[in-house]
Amino acid sequence: MMWNFNKFSENTALQSDDGTQLTYRELEEETGRLATAIGERCLVFSMCSNTIGSVIGYTAFIQHRIVPVLLNAHLDPELLSGLLKTYCPAYLWMPDFMTEKYSDWQKIYTSKGYTLLKTDYEKVYPLYEELGLLLTTSGSTGSPKFVRQSYKNIEANTRQIAEYLELNQEERPITTLPMNYTYGLSIINSHLLVGARILLTDKTMMERGFWSFMKEQKATSFGGVPYTYEMLDKLRFFRMDLPDLKTMTQAGGKLIPELHKKFAEYAAEKGKNFVVMYGQCEATARMGYLPAKKAVEKCGSMGIAIPGGIFHLIDVNGETITEPHVTGELVYEGENVTLGYAECGEDLIKGDERKGILQTGDMAQFDEDGYYYIVGRRKRFLKIYGNRVNLDEVDRMIKGKFENLECASTGVDDHMYLFVTDEACADQVKEFVVAKTGLNQAAFQVIVIDSIPKNDSGKTLYRELEKYYK
Amino acid sequence: MTNKEKYVNAFTETFDITEEETKGLQYSGISAWDSVGHMSLVAALEDAFDIMMDTDDIIDFSSFEKGMEILSEKYDVEF
Repeated sequence: MMWNFNKFSENTALQSDDGTQLTYRELEEETGRLATAIGERCLVFSMCSNTIGSVIGYTAFIQHRIVPVLLNAHLDPELLSGLLKTYCPAYLWMPDFMTEKYSDWQKIYTSKGYTLLKTDYEKVYPLYEELGLLLTTSGSTGSPKFVRQSYKNIEANTRQIAEYLELNQEERPITTLPMNYTYGLSIINSHLLVGARILLTDKTMMERGFWSFMKEQKATSFGGVPYTYEMLDKLRFFRMDLPDLKTMTQAGGKLIPELHKKFAEYAAEKGKNFVVMYGQCEATARMGYLPAKKAVEKCGSMGIAIPGGIFHLIDVNGETITEPHVTGELVYEGENVTLGYAECGEDLIKGDERKGILQTGDMAQFDEDGYYYIVGRRKRFLKIYGNRVNLDEVDRMIKGKFENLECASTGVDDHMYLFVTDEACADQVKEFVVAKTGLNQAAFQVIVIDSIPKNDSGKTLYRELEKYYK
Repeated sequence: MTNKEKYVNAFTETFDITEEETKGLQYSGISAWDSVGHMSLVAALEDAFDIMMDTDDIIDFSSFEKGMEILSEKYDVEF
């Protein structure tokens, strides 16, 4: 079993923003009933939201070795239908209101606003015995590519996270990320391990209801992607009175150093913790973290490997880099490195293809003290007039220079396109980048668009910009 | 441009919708009006009316109609 719910039987496990709650004992009972209704190891599509019904489904499946594919409940119906045909799950666990579209399939069981539907696919794909969970690599797209996580992966990463964040049963994290997104899920996993109370809401930080729920329930922590922190900055978060808030974590991409500094200093001053972390779905969730007490001193760093994990850098020849401040590809080793990918039903029987080692595709450096800094991604660079230009670094430079400007740079060799959302800045941005790179201005073109396309975890979708220049 | 036109414009341009679609529009009522869209809308309105909105007003801004109420009561924008 992944979690021992009986150990905390009288603690509240889940508190919903609609006022309902569930103790650990009740969660144990709910998960038992749902698992009994299914009765065998099989594949289930679980349509996630930050609600009690959704968490009951997920925990029931993990505890009872039923394999869920976690998808956003708001996934486009056409994309969902494609995934269903590709993987032929035996069941669907979904919000009651979604079941109308699937009236051909039998309702087996319902609880807390969720319904279990039995599908009628004849095809059954065999499941590798250690396969525990399937997640998409990006939050909202309907790509059939899933990351295969084992029970050991989830158990290890959950334990590692609870350890380095020093979680205990007094915690009351509030949900700010989708449950089907690996970072959001890791918060649920690690807090259930320690008997904490999880505050469930689908409201966003742009809604009054979020903040009143947070204050009423005395939330002690939340997580956010870089965009979350940009929004909080614009919302003048630093002026809010949140005495119960103890910890803020950040992952899902590199926060610009200016904001990292701002939040780290705010936390230090107010006696709170600001923890920058690093991870990927391919490593279950987390690989690195910057201890809160180092947040100011090592600003801009994503920290060190989590307990039980190891980082190292390799150069283009695959040789290990031993000198500080040299860029190489980041490699991680640990029990949380996932099995591999699945792109079709036949892949679900595949075993461990990575053997505990993950080449992250991220380019990094470490300093004299062994703290790691992400400097880019392996494939996000252009050659301009023979010079290698890192696009992520260009984005960060622009954001650092032009406060509150939304931008994204991309392109093809010898032609860089700088997308911005504010026409007034267009000329200055170009001048700035030309000056910083020292390259001829003919290589750069600024394109003004309404908004920078992002996925629901706030990562820029550079692919969607291609239509403007290809 | 009247204030009402400027107000409608901020919505139609930020969310790429028609004037007709703005009526009764609520936060998260369309996919474009999510938290990211909300920040863009606020920025567009701040530009259009040369104002700086308070945190409370940004998070109370839950619909097309509610927004007009907030702008007229707190920021002296006459519609």
